[in-house]
Amino acid sequence: MSRNLYDLIGLAAGICFILALKGLSSPKSARRGNLIGAVGASVATLIVFFYTNDGKALNNQTLILAAIAFGTLVGVPAAQKVQMTQMPQLVALFNGVGGGAAALVAIVEYLNLGEKASTAVVVATVFTVIVGCVSFSGSIITFLKLQELMTTRPVVFPFGRQIIALTLIGVLASGGWVISSGGTTPLLVNGLLSLLFGVLFVLPVGGADVPIVISLLNAFTGLTVAASGYVLQTTLLIVAGTLVGASGTILTKLMAQAMGRSLFGTLFGAFTAKAQVSASAADARPVKSGSADDVAILLNYAQRVVIVPGFGLAVAQAQHTVRELADLLASKGVEVAYGIHPVAGRMPGHMNVLLAEANVPYEQLVEMEEINPTFPQTDVVLVVGANDVVNPAAKTTPGCPIYGMPILDVALAGNVIFLKRSMRPGFAGIENELLYETKTTLLFGDAKDSLTKVVSALKAL
Amino acid sequence: MSGANAIHGVILVGAIVVADHAKTDLELGLALAAVVLATINMVGGFVVTDRMLQMFKGKPKAKKDIGDDK
Repeated sequence: MSRNLYDLIGLAAGICFILALKGLSSPKSARRGNLIGAVGASVATLIVFFYTNDGKALNNQTLILAAIAFGTLVGVPAAQKVQMTQMPQLVALFNGVGGGAAALVAIVEYLNLGEKASTAVVVATVFTVIVGCVSFSGSIITFLKLQELMTTRPVVFPFGRQIIALTLIGVLASGGWVISSGGTTPLLVNGLLSLLFGVLFVLPVGGADVPIVISLLNAFTGLTVAASGYVLQTTLLIVAGTLVGASGTILTKLMAQAMGRSLFGTLFGAFTAKAQVSASAADARPVKSGSADDVAILLNYAQRVVIVPGFGLAVAQAQHTVRELADLLASKGVEVAYGIHPVAGRMPGHMNVLLAEANVPYEQLVEMEEINPTFPQTDVVLVVGANDVVNPAAKTTPGCPIYGMPILDVALAGNVIFLKRSMRPGFAGIENELLYETKTTLLFGDAKDSLTKVVSALKAL
Repeated sequence: MSGANAIHGVILVGAIVVADHAKTDLELGLALAAVVLATINMVGGFVVTDRMLQMFKGKPKAKKDIGDDK
């Protein structure tokens, strides 16, 4: 295969990726977009086999094919079997291994070139190793947090900022060491320090900020791929990596904006936050808890009900029951809408995916900016397993981890019903003052059980 | 975002290239590890994105049809 033809096919694959990202931007064309992306990636992979050795079989071809088969055997079942609730951590994990792969590619090429590597290539290698390793270890920590294999709270340690800053200096210094003296030891030190930095950098992030970190690490991996494309002189990798890096950066910025805070504040906010005193002081205060019948009566006489779903809905797999309730209310003439916070759940669009699975019409899902002005005209807000996204502390308590994040103003509605498992605070670990308001009714229990009870109580009315 | 995640799995191309011209066992081992990781990223990423997007269509009829025939 000629170099020209190879480049042309590579360009076509690059165009596939552009079309894929464009398609993914709207729900209608998203699936086709994803398919186009998959075709582009497959073509790009196939032509490497035909081009690289002038049509002859690659060196180590059997091993390479075996490795691909193994990767497929690991990746596909994981992607097929994963529960909708665990989707975000799987995406984080896939992103991490991608970053790790890019770092490895750059390391191998560096070892392979040895003395022949030009300074520009070494610089690109160092960049790939640093960002790839950070993306890898950071994604693993994100995965562990979301899978609740470790605490979901921000982990704050003494002198955290100083330690992180020192590690970063170490990363950059060892990077400079690689560039100035070459050799494998500096690169190893650089890689290990970068892995450490990735861990330290994600540990203090908690709560609703985790989705932003996933998106940021995704952009990182994109940039890593672009840099390794430079190391390997492969245009396609540069194009694909830059695309993902750019779109990921934009998405990350938009998300940080949706949360009303700077990216820097998101990442390092935990260290500036004051210790939370409210949590222990508030424990003893009375709350109003009600029965399923009480809730059914409230809903039955409402004219407008807004359902606010959160991660608890995903955990309880209650999306079908919530839709049953909404349909029942609609048949009684109640106006029903869903208020979707941009970071409800653990990933952007998490709630949309869940509710779409239960065939909730897309038009009923209302974004935060549009639903907020309607709360004063809303009789009942039903909060299903959400907490941080309706917590007024985001407005009233400067210094708390979610301060400044826009919330759904459910307190403006006539009544608020919380379906909660316990009084335990949300993912961000902040007490919710709204739970103690007189207009608030709490219905304890698993979201699905509670909803089922409310549905049957409503039918009996 | 998940779709963009799958796209950077195309680093697989790079992993294959370095596995091809690896000179030592160490290089080959690392390159093959990169091939495995990149494949997981790419294939898994596209499959999981498709599954998520399938939810939006939300039509279980595709499965039902197969069941009805039997």
